[in-house]
Amino acid sequence: MANSTPEGTMRLEVFRYFPEKGEEPHFQTYEVPFRKDWVVLDALNYIKDQSDGSLTFRWSCRMGVCGSCGVMVNGVPKLGCSAFLRDYYPNPIRVEPLANFPVLRDLVFQLDSFLEKLKSIQPWIVRRDGEKPVSDGEYLQTPAQHARFKDFSMCINCMLCYAACPVVGMEPHFLGPAAIALAQRYNLDSRDAGREQRQETVSSHDGIWQCTFIGQCSAVCPKHVDPAGAIQQAKLASTVDWFKEVLWPFGGREKR
Amino acid sequence: MKPDVRTIPANWWLRRSPPWWLRRRPYFLFMVREFTSVFVGAYVVIFLMMIRRLNEGQAAYEAFLASLQSPLAIVFHMVALAFAVFHTVTWFHLTPKAMAVRIGEERVKPALIIAPNYAAWAVISAIVAWFLLG
Amino acid sequence: MAKSNEPIWWFLFSAGGVVAALLVPIHILLIGIAWPLGVLPADALEFSRMQALLAHPLTRLYCFVLISLPLFHWAHRFRFTLADLGLHGAAMLIAVLCYGAAIAGTIVAALTLWG
Repeated sequence: MANSTPEGTMRLEVFRYFPEKGEEPHFQTYEVPFRKDWVVLDALNYIKDQSDGSLTFRWSCRMGVCGSCGVMVNGVPKLGCSAFLRDYYPNPIRVEPLANFPVLRDLVFQLDSFLEKLKSIQPWIVRRDGEKPVSDGEYLQTPAQHARFKDFSMCINCMLCYAACPVVGMEPHFLGPAAIALAQRYNLDSRDAGREQRQETVSSHDGIWQCTFIGQCSAVCPKHVDPAGAIQQAKLASTVDWFKEVLWPFGGREKR
Repeated sequence: MKPDVRTIPANWWLRRSPPWWLRRRPYFLFMVREFTSVFVGAYVVIFLMMIRRLNEGQAAYEAFLASLQSPLAIVFHMVALAFAVFHTVTWFHLTPKAMAVRIGEERVKPALIIAPNYAAWAVISAIVAWFLLG
Repeated sequence: MAKSNEPIWWFLFSAGGVVAALLVPIHILLIGIAWPLGVLPADALEFSRMQALLAHPLTRLYCFVLISLPLFHWAHRFRFTLADLGLHGAAMLIAVLCYGAAIAGTIVAALTLWG
């Protein structure tokens, strides 16, 4: 599995939960070889291959683009494929499922609530006047127009931000960082005309207004999306809208 | 999913002790930042009281000034100042996040937005001091 | 599109935050620490001078802004701080008490300055 040589061992304390056994969750301790180039995901796969085939966890690309392997490492949300053992060695590591989601088994959590929230903000280009025919060519966009939403488009739906946000934990209906950042991604896209449609959800009490700008969502994001920034920008835009609506109630709706 | 198989409810993480804002430094600093509003609010109420005493006449006003000199009052103001300054500093560093200022493709560096805030703070404080002290 | 009225409170919170950030520290420093400790001349806050200062309409407007906006800043922030500390059940009551206190303080300030 690696080109490096093992340099000792490391201890992992992994959250285990067997729903069919009807017991409370517990931690199981494993010794894994320490290799300088290994990440937590390598250690979990070593355990599954060599020690305990019952250990259950999600993973796929192992290179930080699929968003599947999110776990809590010593209480901090991380991608298992991006958390290097050498950053913790020689201390033991505690691996738990991502916070603020129901836990199905071991490190596997139920992510339906996130998918519902994501769907609710309509994460697709909404055209106002229909599609132009293919013969008319592409929709052109300048680099500056692209830059407006590019960072927000980098989200890999890994849900680390949801695990980092206490408000997500305390208010189950809060839209959450990634969903709002993705709403902004489309709202700021020059090809999109759906901002007004999304406002119903985004600017509701369970949308941006539950956020208290703790900021840990942006701190843990592996793709530097800065969802906290997206939310504050959405608050500002919604406030401007609110004033416009109050001061010019009969004014025409502006395309943004 | 089989209906009789139990998933652990989503609040399993938050239900643990200690409370979430005591578990990691960034969360604790967030709470401190939010708590600054209590001292900000308390101080402007005290300021309002000072103006009311001013309206009530010299005796009332000077009694108020005398109370400012008590050790308790001075300690309170020192604590309040620490929190107020923490508010100012965190506020300046947070506001660029609410505005994505761009020149063409490039995002303006946050430092270029933050630095003028500090400059304005210094200038405005100096102006206030000048007016207050004559 | 005004789906909720949160924007007005957030706007007042933001305005109050700016006022508090720029103005509150210097006032605390001069009036609450420097003068009581004798760093400033003893007559720096002398009655007749302060009264004359306050007589100016712009001073009164300044004082009103200095008192009212930070109160709304406190109200909004404190309301959410209580929520973040786990007090969710009484959310509506807390909001009413916080914004109500800010409104009351604003009214008292207005009456004090122009009543």
